[in-house]
Amino acid sequence: MKKRPYEEQIHIDGRVWGAIAGVAICAFPLLVAIIYQLKPDWGVVLKGLIGVAPIFWTVGLIEVFTYIPMLGAGSSYLAFVTGNITNLKAPCAMNAMENAEVKPGSKEGEIISTIAVATSSIVTILIIALGVLMIVPLTPVLESPTLTPAFDNILPALFGALGVVYISRNWKLAIAPVSVMLAIYIILPMLGVQGLDGLVGIFVPVGAIIAIAVARVLYKKGKI
Amino acid sequence: MEFSLNSPILFIIVGAILLLVTAQSVFFLVRAWKAGVEMGISKTKLRKTVISSAIFTIAPAVSILMGVIVLSKKLGLALPWLRLSVIGALTYELTAAENAANAAGTSLSDSATAVNGEQFLNIAIVMTLGIIVGLVLVPILCKRIQGGMDKMKKKDTKWGEIVTNALFMGMVSAFLGLIFCDISTGLSGWIKVFVMLVSAVCMALMGLLMKITKWQWLNDYALPICMLIGMASAIPITNWIG
Repeated sequence: MKKRPYEEQIHIDGRVWGAIAGVAICAFPLLVAIIYQLKPDWGVVLKGLIGVAPIFWTVGLIEVFTYIPMLGAGSSYLAFVTGNITNLKAPCAMNAMENAEVKPGSKEGEIISTIAVATSSIVTILIIALGVLMIVPLTPVLESPTLTPAFDNILPALFGALGVVYISRNWKLAIAPVSVMLAIYIILPMLGVQGLDGLVGIFVPVGAIIAIAVARVLYKKGKI
Repeated sequence: MEFSLNSPILFIIVGAILLLVTAQSVFFLVRAWKAGVEMGISKTKLRKTVISSAIFTIAPAVSILMGVIVLSKKLGLALPWLRLSVIGALTYELTAAENAANAAGTSLSDSATAVNGEQFLNIAIVMTLGIIVGLVLVPILCKRIQGGMDKMKKKDTKWGEIVTNALFMGMVSAFLGLIFCDISTGLSGWIKVFVMLVSAVCMALMGLLMKITKWQWLNDYALPICMLIGMASAIPITNWIG
């Protein structure tokens, strides 16, 4: 039998594994209901879903269109199953492609990004599993007032370092989206708008659209 | 069978699901590795990618574990273990769990009273369905989106690369903006900004060090090292101005 090229086979594998993982993840509440002979209260479920689905389904839809071109096929199929995309998998893949000196979207980029996301997924699952096993001795350490500020500031620490790399390399592309995002996040809270941290998933494509628009103008003028 | 939040059967189910997801990750890792070797990417480069990605993941994974601890006080360990190991992210899972708990007539902050079986089931369903959209859409849209990007790159390679860079920039700019969202609350709102600056300066110094010493190996570890230094700096910064 003729072997399919990687870039074709990965879509078949991704769909099959995605379906299996989806069924397995949805099986948890189903098994709980069967084993304990419980019935869900659909009114409560609907009420709970109304509180989260409009935002997180929108964010999910946006993330699909934002991260697939960034990460490539293999890592997207995997990252959308293993989660923590914006705070872990996407920066990890970006860093890996940068270090390996391969371009995102290229065949090499696809391979490196998939290896990075797969490794990150395995390590995350292992660390959380170890943490669950050692939850009793670990809880006071991780929740100690000394260490809490360090873990509260993981995103600034990550994006500070990442920002230097990407902004210094693409500063012409960076000026407009970074300025707009700073304005949004500084001015809106001053006007009393709260809960912006939960909307970061929606602001990612806004920043991307601004960057693409500016890039188009600069590209047409031959400045990039 | 009587429901218990930390019943062994719940851990067995979660363990089985996570084994399956780990198997998927191993499968993709092996497939990409083999394709990479066939493509001519050196094994050293592939190995370096594995090692640096593993090191990079440690600190964020520990912070995700802290989310498991927070949620476990109300929901037991099994459900948060599953939810934070797959699909979601900390921000989503905490919001979803709180919304579902409120709808079920309780609250996550009320850790003195445990949820009953029905409340647990309702919360588990909301947390599962509330973020299912990515899992459903990726298999449907991934090939089409990639096809679109490939077409764009075939037509104009440079423009295709610029669009990918612009997408990265969108993500970086949104998160850089987010760091400033608390500055109107006073000096303590600047903690995140100072941490970001420490991490950024550290990265710039690493770049300089690599240029001067030609220590290319440092490239693989620069980001996790700067991230850890940034996180560590949050401790004295918070003590001073928090």
